[in-house]
Amino acid sequence: MSQIQFLLNGTRQVLDDPDPRTTLLDWLREERHLTGTKEGCNEGDCGACTVTVSQSEDGEVTHHALNACILFLPQLHGKAVRTVEGIAPQGELHPVQRAMVEAHGSQCGFCTPGIVMSLYTAHLNGRTDYDDVLAGNLCRCTGYAPIIRAAKVAGLEAGPSDDQADALEALTPAGDVHIPTDLDQFAHWYVEHPDATIVAGATDVGLWVTKQMRDIRPAVFLHRLKDLQTLIADETGITIGAGVSLARLRGAMIGRHSDFAELIRRYGSVQVRNAATIGGNIANGSPIGDGPPALIALGAELTLRRGDERRTMPLEDFFLDYGKQHRQPGEFVESIFVPAQPDTLKCYKISKRFDQDISAVCGCFNITVEGEYVTSARVAFGGMAAIPKRALAVEAAMIGQHMQGTLVEPVQSALEQDFRPISDMRASAEYRMRVAKNLPARAIMETCGAPLAQTRIAGRGAI
Amino acid sequence: MSVAKPNPHDSGRLHVTGAARYTDDAALPDNALHLAFGLSTCARGTIIGMNLDPVRAHPGVVAVLTAGDLPGENDVSPSVHDEPLLAEDTVHHVGQPLFLVIAASHLIARKAATLAEITYDALPPCLSIDDAMAAGSYIEEPLVWSRGDVTAAIARADHRLSGSISIGGQEHFYLEGQAALAIPGESGDMVVQSSSQHPSEIQHKVAHALGVAFHAVRVEVRRMGGGFGGKESQGNALAVACAVAAKATGRPCRMRYDRDDDMIITGKRHDCRIGYEVGFDAAGRIDGLRFEHLIRCGWAQDLSLPVADRAMLHADNAYYLPAVEITSHRLRTNTQSNTAFRGFGGPQGMVGIERVVDHIADHLKLDPLVVRRVNLYGPAPRNVTPYAMEVEDNIAPELMTKLEETAEYQARRAEIEAFNTTSPILRRGIALTPVKFGISFTLSHLNQAGALVHVYSDGSVHLNHGGTEMGQGLFTKVAQVAAEVFALPLDAIKITATDTGKVPNTSATAASSGSDLNGMATKAACDTIKGRLIEFAAERWQSDPAKIRFREGHVEIGTERVPFAELVSLAYQARVSLSSTGFYATPKLHWDRMKGEGRPFFYFAYGAAVTEVVIDTLTGENRILRTDILHDVGKSLNPALDIGQIEGGYVQGAGWLTMEELVWDDQGALRTHAPSTYKIPACSDRPREFNVTLWDGENREETIYRSKAVGEPPLMLGISALMALSHAVASCGDGSLYADLQAPATPEAILRAVDAQKGQPWT
Repeated sequence: MSQIQFLLNGTRQVLDDPDPRTTLLDWLREERHLTGTKEGCNEGDCGACTVTVSQSEDGEVTHHALNACILFLPQLHGKAVRTVEGIAPQGELHPVQRAMVEAHGSQCGFCTPGIVMSLYTAHLNGRTDYDDVLAGNLCRCTGYAPIIRAAKVAGLEAGPSDDQADALEALTPAGDVHIPTDLDQFAHWYVEHPDATIVAGATDVGLWVTKQMRDIRPAVFLHRLKDLQTLIADETGITIGAGVSLARLRGAMIGRHSDFAELIRRYGSVQVRNAATIGGNIANGSPIGDGPPALIALGAELTLRRGDERRTMPLEDFFLDYGKQHRQPGEFVESIFVPAQPDTLKCYKISKRFDQDISAVCGCFNITVEGEYVTSARVAFGGMAAIPKRALAVEAAMIGQHMQGTLVEPVQSALEQDFRPISDMRASAEYRMRVAKNLPARAIMETCGAPLAQTRIAGRGAI
Repeated sequence: MSVAKPNPHDSGRLHVTGAARYTDDAALPDNALHLAFGLSTCARGTIIGMNLDPVRAHPGVVAVLTAGDLPGENDVSPSVHDEPLLAEDTVHHVGQPLFLVIAASHLIARKAATLAEITYDALPPCLSIDDAMAAGSYIEEPLVWSRGDVTAAIARADHRLSGSISIGGQEHFYLEGQAALAIPGESGDMVVQSSSQHPSEIQHKVAHALGVAFHAVRVEVRRMGGGFGGKESQGNALAVACAVAAKATGRPCRMRYDRDDDMIITGKRHDCRIGYEVGFDAAGRIDGLRFEHLIRCGWAQDLSLPVADRAMLHADNAYYLPAVEITSHRLRTNTQSNTAFRGFGGPQGMVGIERVVDHIADHLKLDPLVVRRVNLYGPAPRNVTPYAMEVEDNIAPELMTKLEETAEYQARRAEIEAFNTTSPILRRGIALTPVKFGISFTLSHLNQAGALVHVYSDGSVHLNHGGTEMGQGLFTKVAQVAAEVFALPLDAIKITATDTGKVPNTSATAASSGSDLNGMATKAACDTIKGRLIEFAAERWQSDPAKIRFREGHVEIGTERVPFAELVSLAYQARVSLSSTGFYATPKLHWDRMKGEGRPFFYFAYGAAVTEVVIDTLTGENRILRTDILHDVGKSLNPALDIGQIEGGYVQGAGWLTMEELVWDDQGALRTHAPSTYKIPACSDRPREFNVTLWDGENREETIYRSKAVGEPPLMLGISALMALSHAVASCGDGSLYADLQAPATPEAILRAVDAQKGQPWT
C-alpha cells in the first residue's frame, strides 16, 4: 500500500504506507486521540463507533453511516470521514445533538456518539425511518424511546449541509494494485496472487482481524472497482455486480421483489448494509447468509471470473459444503443475474431478534399458482444445512398440487428429505425443523391472498 | 426550586459531542502499557503445564505475569477471598484468567495472550443446575425461611398446583466494556481510574494486591458507560491487574476487555429454576405456598449470597402469603461467577410468584388480574411479609386500579380474546403485573454515605459524594439537591468525579440507593455550610436566623438581599469554614438473614405495567405492541431522569425475559459471547406504543425530598411481557393445559409452548 488520502472532519489526511489491518476506529482513538468514537463490540454489531463516510459519485456526494471498528484505512481512500467531533466544530450543536440533550436521549452516553452519527447521517439524507436508521445502534440504558423522540424533533429542523464535493474533488488518490480501479487489471493481478485476501465491505473480513487477529496481508480492497458495482436491468432481468452493497441491492429490489427487499432490510443494519456487498455475502459461503436463499429461490445465476475467463452457474451449485465453494484459486464472484419474473417471492427470516440478527432459519418460497394449482416452485433455505440449499423435494411435493391445506403435509415430509438441521446457540435442530415445516403454510396462505397483517407480526404489511 | 425539575443529564452535551471522557479515553504518556489476560479453555481441572515462552517471544510483549509473580494477595473477590486474579493450580470455568500479558499495545497483548500452550488435567465440569444439585455443589448450605404450617395449609386448600419455571441469566451488556488504568506514583502510591460502581472496593483490592495501606491507593471514577450491577465487583480484576503491572514495570498500565473476553470472563445475572407448590381457594387466594429456588451462582461466591437472599425477599412481590416456605439452593458450577445485575435477585424471585399467580388463574379460568388483586397485601393481618416486616406503605391496590383504567385493560383484554378466536396464525396477549421492591442494602451497614462540599470564595460550589455515575443521572440529581439547599442555579454546582481521596469508605452505587444515600449526605454537608452562613449573616446583620432565606442566588436577611457570592466572600473574610463533609445512615433497619426476620428495607417502591404482545404461532416470533406503566418514585427529584430509568428498565427487563438468551456448550464454553449471538433489545423492539406515567405521591419515609429510589424497580415491570406472552400462548389450546412458558421466552420457547397447547409436544 503506497499512500492513501481521505478527509477527516474536512481536513485532508495523507497516510503513507498504512498497515491495511488498521481499523479506522483504532486509528481515530490511538493515533488521532479522537476518542468520541467508541469501541463497544469491535465487530460491527453495536454501532458505538458509527461515523459518516461521504463519497463523490458522478459529481454527487452521498453520505453513509459505517462502523469504524470494521473499516480498514485503505477503504477510505478518496472518501471523507466525519466523526462526532466534527459535526459541531464551532460549538453550535447540530439539531440532532441538541434534540438528544433536550429529549434526554443519553444516559450513560457511551452509545450516544454512534446514535448521533446515525441520526446525523439520516438527517443529511432526509431519512425518517428511525427504527431502521438505528437498528445497528444498541443502547442499554434508555429503551430507545427518548432517542426516537429526539430523532423526530430533529427531523423537523433544518441542519447545515455537509457538501464536501470540492474537498473530495481536490483529493488526488493515487492508483495502487491493492486498491485497484480497473476490474481487468484486478482480475489478472488476482490470478497471480490467489492467496490475497479480497476485502469488499469488510463486514466479515473485519472480524478476521479484530476477533481472530489474523494477518490478512496481502489484502486487496475492491471498493474503487466501479465496474463491479453496476446494477443493469433489462427485460430479461437484472445483473448485479458483486460489489453492489446490500443497501443498494435493497433499493433495486423494492418494487421488484418486495419480500427480498424486506429481507435485506433486516440484514445487519444500515451500517452493515452500507458496507457489505452481495458478492461477499455469496463468496463467503456462510450457511446463514440471507442473500443466497432468496437468490436461489429467484433462480439467480452466478458469474465467476478468473483472469479473462468467465463461467456461469446456478447459484445453488456454487455452494458445495460447509466452508467449501465452487471457486478456483484466482477466481472471484463477478456478478449475479436474477431473471425477470412476477413478484411471487416470499421470504421468512426467523431469528431471536427482528433487526440485526443472524437467521436461525431463512426460508424463501417462490411459488406460482395458476387456476389454484402450483405450476412452479423454487424453494431454498438458509440455516437448515451446512450451505444455503435449494429444497428440491419440497419443490417436487408442491408442483402440480392444489393450493389448499392438504398440500402442507406432503411438503412437510419432503422437508425431512431435504434437510437435517443442527443445534447451535441460535436454535435447536428441532426448532429449525418445526419452523421450516410451518413456513410453507404461511407461504401458501399469502400466495392465496391472505393479508400480511394476518400472517406477519413485523416488517412489511405486519399487524 | 431545583429539585423536581426535569433537568437534562449533566453530561448530556458532552455525550452528544463525544467530549465525555470514559476510562479508556484518557490520554496517556507514550510509555503506557496495555494488558490482556490469557484465559482458561478448560471448565474444570488442574493446570499441568503452562508454556508462556511463545507469549513472551511475541514482539511488543514487555512481561508476562502468573500467580507466582504477584506481590501481594492474589484475590479479586468482593466477598470471601475465593477468586484469584490469576489461577494458581486449578481452573474453574472457561474464561478464567490464567496469566497477564503486559505489552506495547492492546492488540499485541490480546494476540500474544492466545499463544500460550496450556495443558490441563481436566475433570468433568459441573455446569447445570441439575449437575450441581446431583453433586451437592453448594456455595452455602440451603437457606430456608418459613412462616406458618405450609404443608397443612396446602393440604387443606380447595385447590392445589405445582410446577416450575426456568429463568435464564442475563448479560449486562454495558456498552462500555470493563476498563481500568493505573498510574504509579512516588513511595509506592497508586492512582487508579476504573469503570467501577465501587471505587472503595477497587481501592481495597488494589491495596491488598500491592501490600500497601488503603491510604496509598486513590481511585477515581468520573463516569461509566453503563453498569447495571456488572461493574459492582467485576472491575476488580482489571484494576488489580493494572496496579500490579504498573508496580512491576513502573509505567502506567491500562486494560480493557475486548467484548468477547468481557462476556466470557465476567459474571451475569443468576439464572435459576423456581419450583412451587401452592394451595388456594376458589377465588384464587393463596393459602400456602412452598418455593424452591435453585440459583446457579457460578464458580466463586462473589455477591451470590445477598443476591439469592433478595430473590427470597421478593418471593412475595406485592402479595400476602399466609403460610410460606422458601428454600434457596446456592449452587456452585464451573461457569462464570454470577454477580449483581439490576434487581439483584429480586427479579427472579418476583418472576416466581407472578408465575404462580398466572398458573392459579389458568387453573381457575380467571383473569390473572383478579387473582393478583385478591392476593395483594392489605389491612392487618394481611400486611406482614414472609420475613416479618410490616408493609406500611402499600399503594399497590390503588396504583393497579388507576393503571387498569388508564390502560383500558378490561376493554382491551376482551377485544384480544375475541381476536384470538378468529385469528389463524397470530395471537395476542395482555397482562398487568405489579412491582413492590424493597429499598436498602440487605447488609445493613452498607446503608451509609458521605459527601464533601466546598463553597469557594467566589460562590461556586464543588460537589463530591461517594456515588458513581453510570448513566442513571445520579450526579444531576445530587447537584439538584445542593442547588436546592443553597437556592443556586444548577450551573453554580460543579459535579466532580467520585474519588476515594475525597469521600472514603463508600458503599457501591448499587441497590438503587444512589440518590437516597448520597442525596441525603450531600444535603447534610450543604446544610452544615448553610448553617454557618446563616449564623454569620445573623450576626453581621443583627438578624433573627429564622428569618434568613436563601432564594434565587441571593440571601435575604431581613430587608437586605445579598447575592450568595457576596455573602460567601464576606464569610470567608470573617474566617468562616466554607467546606463540609456530610454523612447519612439509613434509619430503622435491622435484619437477621439466617432467620429471615427483621426490617431489611427502609421502604418499598411500587409500580405496575400493562403489556400487550402478539405472537406468531408458526414460528414463536413475538413483539410488544403496547406498554402502559404507572410507577412510584415518591416525589420525583427529576421526573425526566426517573422516566428515563423506567423506560430503560422496562425494556431491559422485557429483553431479559424474551430475546436475551445465554447458551453454554456441554464443555462449559459460553457460545453467546458477542452481540452477534447475544441479542439485547434493538430500537424496534421497544413497545410500539409506550406510555409511562409517574404516580402522584410522596415517600412516607423521610428520604431526600420524599423521593424514592428508581434504579432497579422498573426492570421488573418487564415481567408483564412474559405474562402477556403466556396469555397469548394459552389461546392456542383448549384450556386443558397450562401454557408453561419458560424464560427467556425466545421464539423457540414460545413455539415449544404453542405446540404443546396444540397437542403437538416436542420430543
